[in-house]
Amino acid sequence: MGKITPENQSVVVRFAGDSGDGVQLLGAQFAESTALAGADFSTFPDFPAEIRAPVGTTFGVSAFQINLGARRISTAGDEPDVLVAFNPAALKVNLPLIRKGALIILNTDAFTARNFSKAHIAADQRETGELDDYQVVEIDMSTQTLEAVKPLGLSKSDAEQSKNFWALGAVLWMFGRSRTPIEDWTKKKFAKKPEILGGNLAALNAGHAFAETAELSAEIPQFVIGEAPMNAGEYRTITGAEALALGLAAAGELANRDIMFCSYPITPASPVLHHLARMGDLGVATFQAEDEIAACCAAIGASFGGKIGVTSSSGPGIALKTEAIGLAMSAELPLVIVNSQRGGPSTGLPTKTEQSDLYQAVYGRNADAPLPVIATAGPGDCFDAAIEATRIAVRHMTPVFLLTDGYIANAAGPWALPDMADFEPILSNTPPVINGDATSEPTAVKRAIWSRDPSSFGRPWTAPGMAGLAHRIGGLEKDIATGDISYDADNHQAMSELREKKIEAVADFIPDQDVIQGETKGPVAVVGWGSTHGAIWRAVNDVREQGYDVAQIHLRYLSPLPKNLGRLLSSYDKVILPEMNMGQCATLLRDKLGLEVIQLNKVSGQPFKISEIVDVIKKNYPGKKQAAE
Amino acid sequence: MNAPLTAKDFATDQEVRWCPGCGDYAILKCMQKTMADIGADPDNTVFVSGIGCSSRFPYYMNTYGFHTIHGRAPAFATGLKLANPALDVWVVTGDGDGLSIGGNHLLHVIRRNVNLQILLFNNEIYGLTKGQYSPTSRLGTRTPTSPSGSIDAPLSAGAFALGAGAKFIARGIDTDAKKLAPVLKAAQEFNGAAFIEIFQNCIVYNKDVFESFVGKKTAKETQVHVEHGQPLLFADGTKGLKLNPQTLALEIVEVGEGGAPESDILVHDETNAILAQMLLTLPKETYPMPLGVIYRAPTQSFDDAFWATHATQGKRTGKVADALRKGSVWNKV
Repeated sequence: MGKITPENQSVVVRFAGDSGDGVQLLGAQFAESTALAGADFSTFPDFPAEIRAPVGTTFGVSAFQINLGARRISTAGDEPDVLVAFNPAALKVNLPLIRKGALIILNTDAFTARNFSKAHIAADQRETGELDDYQVVEIDMSTQTLEAVKPLGLSKSDAEQSKNFWALGAVLWMFGRSRTPIEDWTKKKFAKKPEILGGNLAALNAGHAFAETAELSAEIPQFVIGEAPMNAGEYRTITGAEALALGLAAAGELANRDIMFCSYPITPASPVLHHLARMGDLGVATFQAEDEIAACCAAIGASFGGKIGVTSSSGPGIALKTEAIGLAMSAELPLVIVNSQRGGPSTGLPTKTEQSDLYQAVYGRNADAPLPVIATAGPGDCFDAAIEATRIAVRHMTPVFLLTDGYIANAAGPWALPDMADFEPILSNTPPVINGDATSEPTAVKRAIWSRDPSSFGRPWTAPGMAGLAHRIGGLEKDIATGDISYDADNHQAMSELREKKIEAVADFIPDQDVIQGETKGPVAVVGWGSTHGAIWRAVNDVREQGYDVAQIHLRYLSPLPKNLGRLLSSYDKVILPEMNMGQCATLLRDKLGLEVIQLNKVSGQPFKISEIVDVIKKNYPGKKQAAE
Repeated sequence: MNAPLTAKDFATDQEVRWCPGCGDYAILKCMQKTMADIGADPDNTVFVSGIGCSSRFPYYMNTYGFHTIHGRAPAFATGLKLANPALDVWVVTGDGDGLSIGGNHLLHVIRRNVNLQILLFNNEIYGLTKGQYSPTSRLGTRTPTSPSGSIDAPLSAGAFALGAGAKFIARGIDTDAKKLAPVLKAAQEFNGAAFIEIFQNCIVYNKDVFESFVGKKTAKETQVHVEHGQPLLFADGTKGLKLNPQTLALEIVEVGEGGAPESDILVHDETNAILAQMLLTLPKETYPMPLGVIYRAPTQSFDDAFWATHATQGKRTGKVADALRKGSVWNKV
C-alpha cells in the first residue's frame, strides 16, 4: 500500500473494543505521540454508560477517536479514515460511522461464533459483503500478542491484556512515530507491576515489527502527517475537565483567595472534582457532599466564610441546586456553578454530550432571579472561562453559571500554556472600615455592608470573623440600604430592579463581541456557543476557501449578551445558529435581541459534523453558488 | 473590646416576631445570656438556620448569622466551618426543618462530626405553615392535614442522632434556663457535632404537648437529670433507674428505706452508647424524661480531619504556573 499523504493533511483514526480492552489508554498514548511529533490533533473518547458491560456486547463497546493533521485541527473529525476494531461488536457499532473506503484493521481472533452471538450478529461480517466498500486488514492480534509475550511466562488472560499495546505498536509504525516516549511512559506507569510492564513492552515492539514486516506484503499503509503550523511556545495535551480545574485554581491565585470546591459525583462532571482533589497545594480544597443540594449549600457557606465557593454538576444535579442558587443570588454572595452538560431530559444520556441546559442557566429559577451565564468553547478555553466566571462572581457578588459539556470535558488537544502574568488580578470589593465593636451603632454597620459599588453593584465581601461587622443575611427580602428584613412594597420593587440592573451591568465589563473569521457584515454569519466552536470553525474555514463570504461569531457571554451583539448580528443578511439542543440559544437571541436566526439543531448525543454545518451554510447562502468559484 | 459583653449586647435591634408566649423567647434569652457568660466573641460566632419559626433565631442574635433555605442549614454550616474552622458555628433548626425536609443533611453533619452545635427546637408540629403534623408528632395528632389523626410513626430526635453516629447528644427544656444553659456551654466546648434537642412549646398549634414532663410542680417525678458518674436518681433521690439484666430494660425502683439500695441504681456513663440508646428511647408516658448531656464520646472532628489530611494542610505552597507544566510538556519552536 505504501505511503499515503492525505489531501487535506489530516487523518481520523478510531479505536474500538470492549470496555476492558484498554482502548482509552491506547488512544491517549497515540495522542501523546502525535503531540510530540508536532501535529495538531483533537481527541474524543466515546465510552458506554456501563462500567464493564458484558464482554463482547454492543453496549459494552468503548471507542476513542483522534483527528490529527499537519493543519489546524478543530474537531475530532467527521468520519474516521481508519478503524481499529478489537471484536465484532466494535465493528458492528462503528461501521456506520466511518467513511466509505476507510481502512479497517480487525482482530480476527475475536471473530468467533460466541462473539457473534453476544453481539447479535447473524453472520460473520467479513463474509456478508458489508465490508466490500472498505479496505480490510485482518490480523490475529490476540495470537500475535500471546506469541510475543510467551517467553515472559504470563497467564493467558494477563498476556492477552497487552493486545492494546500490540495495536499501539502497529499504529505507531503506520504514522512513523518513535516508540521511545511511549516506552518511557509505560515503564513509569507499570513500574510496580514488572510482569505486566514486560508484557506490554514486548507487545508494543511485536506490533511495530509486525506492521513493518507486513508492509513488505503491502498490506498496511503508512500515513505521512507533518508538523502543523502552531505558534512557538510551550504546549501540553489537556482535557476540558483538567483545564477547568486548573482555571479555577488559577482564579484562586489571581484573587488571592482559596477555592472551596463542593461537589457530588455525576457523569460527566466528576473529572473536575477528581482533578481539583489533587490540587491542594494551589489553595484548593474539595468537599464531596452527601448530595447535590448540600454541595451547592456548602459552597455558598464557604463563600459566606470568605473563600471562593464553587459547585459543579450536570443538568439533573443543577436542577437540585436551584433553590440554593437563588439564595446566593438574593444574599449577594459569589458562587461559581459549573454545568458539564449531558444528554437529557431527566437522566437522559449521561455519557453523551448536549447543550440543552441553557434555558436552565438563564431562566431556570423561581421568581426574577437573573444571573450571569458564560460558556466555554473547547478544552483549553476552559482555563480562561473558569477565571472569567470567578472574576464576574467576585466583582458583582453573584452566582455565575459556567457552561461546559461532556464533549469538552473529555476531549483533548494541544494547548499553548498561558502566561499567568497576562491575567489581571481578581479584585473583590473591600469590606467597610468600621471603627467600633459589637456595641457600635448597628445601622452604620449595616449600611456599610450593603453599600454597593456604583458601577458593578457588587457589595463588599464581608465574612464572619471580621471585626465589628457582625450582621445577618438570608433569603427573605431585605431592605435595600440596611439589609434588614423588609416586606415593604416599594423596597421589593427597588430590590428586583437592582438585581436586574446588576446583571445588566456585567455587560459594561465584558469585551465587545468579536468576529473570529470573516467580515463584520455580509450575507451570512454562523453564530455558535460552547463546544460547537471547532466544528463551526472548520466549516466556515472550508467554505471561505471555496469563496463563500461567511463569518464566524462565537459567544462566550450568554447572559448578559455583549452590548454590540444586536448591532453586529443585524449587519448580516442571514444568521445561522447550530446548537446541540432544540433551539435554546435561538430563543435567547429572539428574546434579548428580537432577532430571528436559521436554526440547525442536533440532539443525537454526538457533536456536530463539519459537513452538517457546511451543508446548512451552502443551502442558505444567498444565490447559492453565486459567490462560489 | 473593653467591658465584658452582657446578654443585652447579644440582642439585635430587630423586633422579635414570634407569637407571644412562644418557647423560642426563653431559648433566645438563655442563649444570649450563655454567650455573655462564656465570653463569646460576636465577630467570631455564627448562627446558621434553615426555614421555620426556629430558623428566625439568627436575626435576633447580634453575631454573624445566615438564614438559609429549608432543611439545608447543616450543609451551609459545614461549608462555612471548612472555610474558617476558627468560627464558632451554631445551627438552629426544628423538627420539620431538621428531621423532615432536612433529614439527610442532619444525618450527614452528625455522622461527619463537624465541629458545630445543632439546636433542634422540637415542638412536634409545623408552626410557620400553620399547624400541620411533623415527623415528631405523636400518632393520632389531629391537624389540618391529618383530620383523622396522623398515622406516621413519630421519630425520636435523640435516637436518630445516635443512629447517625452523634458523639454528643443532650436534651433540655425551653423554659428551664437553669438546666439548659450548662448544656449549651458543654455543647459549645465539645469538638464535634453537638446535638441538642430542646423541647419547645408551640403555644398556638401544639400547646402544652410536653406538659406531662415539663410542668414545674411535677418535674421532680417526671424528669431525670443525668450527670456523668452520678446515679440515675429522681424524685429527690427517692426513685432511680435500675437495669433489669433479664429484660435488658431500665426499671423504675424506689430507693432507700424499704426500697432498693442506691448501689442498685445505674450510674450514668455518658460514654456508653447502649445506655444512651436506652435513655433516649424511654417511653415518656411511663418513665421520667432524661435531660442533660446523655451521650458524649469525643473523637476527631471532621474539620480537624479535613485539614489534617489536606495535601498541604490548607497552605498555598504551589504556583499554577508550575502546575501547568506538570506532565508531558513540549516546545514548539
